[in-house]
Amino acid sequence: MAKLIFNKMLCKSCGLCVSVCPKQIISISKSEINSKGYFVSELIDTEKCIGCAFCAMMCPDSVIEVEK
Amino acid sequence: MEEKKLLKGNEAIAEAAIRGGCRAFFGYPITPQNEIPEYMSFRMPEVGGVFIQSESEVSAINMVYGAAGSGARAMTSSSSPGISLKQEGISYIAGAEVPCVIVNMVRSGPGLGGIQPAQCDYFQSVKGGGHGDYKMLVYGPNSVQECVDIMYNAFDKAFEYRMPVMILGDGMLGQIMEAVTLPPMKDFSNVPNPDWAADGTRYGNDRRVINSLYIQPDELEALNHKLFAKYDVLQEKECMYEEYLCEDAEIVITAYGTVARIAKSAVDMLRESGVKAGLLRPITVFPFPSDRFARLASRSEVKKFVSVELSMGQMVEDVRLAVNGKKPVEFFGRCGGNVMTGEDIVEYIIKGGK
Amino acid sequence: MAKIFEKPKMLTDKPTHYCPGCTHGQAHILTARAIDKLNVKKIIGVAPVGCAVFAYEYFNCDMQEAAHGRAPAVATGIKRVIPDAIVFAYQGDGDLASIGMAEIVHAAARGENITVIFVNNAIYGMTGGQMAPTTMIGQKATTCQSGRSVALNGYPIHVSEMLSQLQGPCYIERVSCHDVKHIRQAQKAVDKAFQNQVEGRGFSMIEILATCPTNWGMNPIESNKYVEEVMCSVYPLGVYKDTTKEEA
Repeated sequence: MAKLIFNKMLCKSCGLCVSVCPKQIISISKSEINSKGYFVSELIDTEKCIGCAFCAMMCPDSVIEVEK
Repeated sequence: MEEKKLLKGNEAIAEAAIRGGCRAFFGYPITPQNEIPEYMSFRMPEVGGVFIQSESEVSAINMVYGAAGSGARAMTSSSSPGISLKQEGISYIAGAEVPCVIVNMVRSGPGLGGIQPAQCDYFQSVKGGGHGDYKMLVYGPNSVQECVDIMYNAFDKAFEYRMPVMILGDGMLGQIMEAVTLPPMKDFSNVPNPDWAADGTRYGNDRRVINSLYIQPDELEALNHKLFAKYDVLQEKECMYEEYLCEDAEIVITAYGTVARIAKSAVDMLRESGVKAGLLRPITVFPFPSDRFARLASRSEVKKFVSVELSMGQMVEDVRLAVNGKKPVEFFGRCGGNVMTGEDIVEYIIKGGK
Repeated sequence: MAKIFEKPKMLTDKPTHYCPGCTHGQAHILTARAIDKLNVKKIIGVAPVGCAVFAYEYFNCDMQEAAHGRAPAVATGIKRVIPDAIVFAYQGDGDLASIGMAEIVHAAARGENITVIFVNNAIYGMTGGQMAPTTMIGQKATTCQSGRSVALNGYPIHVSEMLSQLQGPCYIERVSCHDVKHIRQAQKAVDKAFQNQVEGRGFSMIEILATCPTNWGMNPIESNKYVEEVMCSVYPLGVYKDTTKEEA
């Protein structure tokens, strides 16, 4: 069981987290926009997250924290 | 303790810097100031200081910026073409309000020019020199002893005002040997690092940043005003000049640096031949003793001012601004590395100017 | 549950101004994480001119902002007067390999005990995508719009290869951040570059191949692919110099 914490304020919608998720359970939201005007990234299936932290490691803006 | 020694100007400045607390020197060879880095190269290690012969003047001034930004008493020295290269760094140092000392033993120009004495760097010293709105505290000493006295306290002034201080020598000063009294070593071992220095010990909200980038116009304008408020204080508190026989003078000769010594001998010769001449010698060239010039200009007996320089006429512009049209201001100079004699000045005055 | 991944402490909370997907953010994280691992009391960073000009707002320690290309000279001045501080310079390719070439070469030749993080994205980012000293043959930039031509612009400079020819440096490695595996390798390299300084081994530089999605005209994912497929072949990854191995 792993938990991802998104600091959505920092997200720039670059999509690098999406590209490295081995379970393909991160996507860019189609509705939620942060104060900078970016559609934020989000975890779409909490149950499937294995806590590999690839997304967090790939993120250049330290948006994602991982708990396990 | 005090010591009496016969020293070359360049060596005397180097020793006075060390006694004034300098513990980091970064320089690049250029004639006629090479004795300064040479002296520092062996003297700095003796006092536990740092000496680096850098790859360029550009690098030297940036090493000064780094060292001084972390709180050290750091300096560099050079001569005219080298100072042109340092101007980039000096502008950053002024903008970031970092204290340091720069010695300029001026040689003739423009371009590669020559290696003989000159005063043609007046503009690039007192008018800012690099890009942007800034000034330095600039001294124009006229003897090896005065070089020592000014250098000895230059770091204190630099730190007091958090700004670069320049010692503007005229080439001759670096090379002449004179007997000097060297002051005792200042001890800064118990003085804490200044409260603005980025010395690596702070994190988070306490951390310090040495910087001259202000991307918001209002913030930069505030810095510009802050810097110029300091220059106003300099004008008020730091102006230094010397007068010689000005009390009843009809002709006020003005000169700084070693040229002022030649001008002083000319004043004596003129007095002997019945001409009431006097000498006003600025010791600080920025701040310029404008008030003193203005007061002399208002005196009825003063007929004119003559600015004597080793240039095509640079300080004369500040004299004109100070005199503000009240009296004629003339210029007499030699350049290219040539130096006038006292007789040359006398002849100019006796012939009634141009 | 315990935190297994979080933002390094050596970074401030300030959101960076970098474009989406830009590798500068990653290079900051690698640097900050390496410093977090050190047990030292004094840290001073030197920021460059270029896209990383605001690095002094992002690193959570004392910082000095240098003039364009002069970071190694500024870092030298700091390190020499505070030898027990960890001093790092963070520079881009225009800063380090063009205008500041003299400063980096001589800092390396002196074996200055500093750590340099060199971010090479083969373009001038901040000024809007002009040709850099590391722009590759055929690569387009706003000052070589048909692509860099050898006849007109000469060849790109391979900084790691060049500096590794000097006797001064201790450690020079080129890394990339285009995927997780390479980020992990990059972290090891940056860690080592800082550890070398702690141990007083002298000059260490890590060249990080980086993206510039905005000025390359690609999205961040395409940009990382470009690093993997094109940049890594022009600028091969690996250790170019490591005197710690020679000693061992």
